Amino acid sequence: MAQEIIIEAGRAEQHYWRDLWRYRELFRVLAWRDVAVRYKQTVIGATWALIRPFLTMVVFTVIFGKLANLPSDGTAPYAIMVFAGMLPWTFFSSALADASNSLVGNANLISKVYFPRAIVPMAAVGVAFVDFTINFMMLVALMIWYQFVPGWQIVLLPAFVALALLAGLGPGLWLTALNVKYRDVRYVIPFLVQLGLYASPVGYSSSIVPEQWRFLYSLNPVVGVIDGFRWCILGSQSPLYLPGFLLSIGVAAFFLWLGIRRFRKMEKSFADLI
Amino acid sequence: MSDIAISVENISKRYLIGHQRGRREPYTALRDVIEREARNFLRKAIDLVHGKQIVQGDEVEEFWALKDVSFEVKEGEIVGIIGRNGAGKSTLLKILSRITEPTEGRARLRGRVGSLLEVGTGFHPELTGRENIYLNGAVLGMTGHDIRRKFDEIVAFAEVEKFLDTPVKQYSSGMYVRLAFAVAAHLEPEILVVDEVLAVGDTEFQRKCLGKMSQVSKTGRTVLFVSHNPMALRTLCTHGLVLRNGVARPKQDIISALAHYSSEHELRLARSWVRSEDRTSPVRFESIDIRLKGQQPKFSLECKCIIVWEETARPAMIDVDVVDPNFFAIMQAQPSYAAFIGGAPGSYQLDLNIELPPLVPGVYGLNFWIGPHNNETYDHIRNTINFEINESPIPGRTVPHYPDHGYIVPNSTAKVRRMQERDDNPCSHIATSLVQ
Repeated sequence: MAQEIIIEAGRAEQHYWRDLWRYRELFRVLAWRDVAVRYKQTVIGATWALIRPFLTMVVFTVIFGKLANLPSDGTAPYAIMVFAGMLPWTFFSSALADASNSLVGNANLISKVYFPRAIVPMAAVGVAFVDFTINFMMLVALMIWYQFVPGWQIVLLPAFVALALLAGLGPGLWLTALNVKYRDVRYVIPFLVQLGLYASPVGYSSSIVPEQWRFLYSLNPVVGVIDGFRWCILGSQSPLYLPGFLLSIGVAAFFLWLGIRRFRKMEKSFADLI
Repeated sequence: MSDIAISVENISKRYLIGHQRGRREPYTALRDVIEREARNFLRKAIDLVHGKQIVQGDEVEEFWALKDVSFEVKEGEIVGIIGRNGAGKSTLLKILSRITEPTEGRARLRGRVGSLLEVGTGFHPELTGRENIYLNGAVLGMTGHDIRRKFDEIVAFAEVEKFLDTPVKQYSSGMYVRLAFAVAAHLEPEILVVDEVLAVGDTEFQRKCLGKMSQVSKTGRTVLFVSHNPMALRTLCTHGLVLRNGVARPKQDIISALAHYSSEHELRLARSWVRSEDRTSPVRFESIDIRLKGQQPKFSLECKCIIVWEETARPAMIDVDVVDPNFFAIMQAQPSYAAFIGGAPGSYQLDLNIELPPLVPGVYGLNFWIGPHNNETYDHIRNTINFEINESPIPGRTVPHYPDHGYIVPNSTAKVRRMQERDDNPCSHIATSLVQ
């Protein structure tokens, strides 16, 4: 007959990852629900997904490129440079913020049905990914407008997308689990995201950071992600600072490990606390 | 043993609950408020550092929702879990469906578990009926393939074909519940855990749900079922588990379990009552004794009441309500509409005789009222005296009566005449049912 389930205090799930895979349908449906619901009863619908990043890009280009006169990477148009940074940043920050609020937002599910809880923050990251693909098409349009041809590095872009995803998921898992227990987290996240926008090379190129601070600066995992994106899209115009990039990957990996660990530890008590 | 589907060993569950002290001792001084808040903040900060859960309130208390619960369920058994609110039924179901973890003990479940603790979990008001079927199905653990295969069946069961592409926020509550139950009813796990879902919808739909449930139970699936509806429990379940304050009685067959539960639940039989506390009302009942006389279907109640007039007051009249186990009045006896007793100071003995209509077996309560006028009360004695009827008013009936059909069996007669076209002298006979 079918499998045997043993329920015991403090017992770790035997087939944690296999269970997660088995519930992939729920992952798909939850992500689809959040996408489908988001623009219901709005007038311009999914166009919002395009307008927001576009306006931010314009603002950044005007403020940093025109008013502050910061240099772009090589000869690349400032708008493309900004957009190539904003793309991963928006992806990372919305993945992080949505994942962090996901469990509390789905309290009714958590307290009434069993499923591997990690599905919920993962679905939130999935939603952020959908937005990312829409934004990416915007970047393509921008490149056509400026008649900008990317280098061969563009083929490596998926790897950096994955990096951005994991960099957002790691802390997201941790924060969402913490958020169930301590609702203070909810108020900290918008602040973190706001801060991160300026602490990461979104509106400017990381080449303006003084050389001696560059390594330390890369402790922020998003720095590696954005630099990688720029390198892929702008090619040799934006050379990759390798030690810093590796550090960023290391930090992202550490947070992912920490996030999964903390999440799994707290997972069982979610239904009681939510 | 291989045919054990669920085995539960010494499961306990502890919750921490907080109490707000402020409610009990209202404070006014700002200093007290600040001191209280500071102390609370300190405690929460310490909890945070230790990684403990934050409990709102000033006092934290442990509460055992379940204590040392053990039982076994064989494959194909339908077990009803019976108990009052707060007895731990839902906690038990939540543990078995892996929503929450037990504090102590262990349980083994053989087979896929499908749980239905709420109707329409995960329904999103903005999505259409069609979309919600997929959403809810996935939430309950069905695969996309399962849902597509059952889709038409679900829609037909819910009777919402016309509104399939309307957002469910525009559904009537009845349609909403029908759709939600329809999805859940098409789950096909080996072990099904169901919590009080039949309490929703209109009677017609409840009947349909009940039918679906008993259909499910006949397919050899193991079911754990919580309900407050004794009729549903009796028709669906093979066994019963009585929970009381988190402690379980040994599993028994459903009839004994229900009997056990109702004997605990219902009032102790009390045929007499004597005032124990002081009452300042000038006119009051001092004691009441009742006796049930006669036999089915002609019972009567003989009541002896001692009533005291402390001082001169207007004469009074008496009402006696007969109430069902839920304290709803079934009928009222009123020996006289005019005030007929007392007036001058002193003790009065009142002998009342109440003829009862044919009542179904059960425990009934009596409420005694005395007052000078319809809307003026001297004294009202409630929920203290009761009597029990053991046999059915229908001679020879041994099948239990269900409260769903009321408490009174009115005398009725039936005449049957066979209609025959060819026969000039139709033979007829008269059957007289019940009691004359």
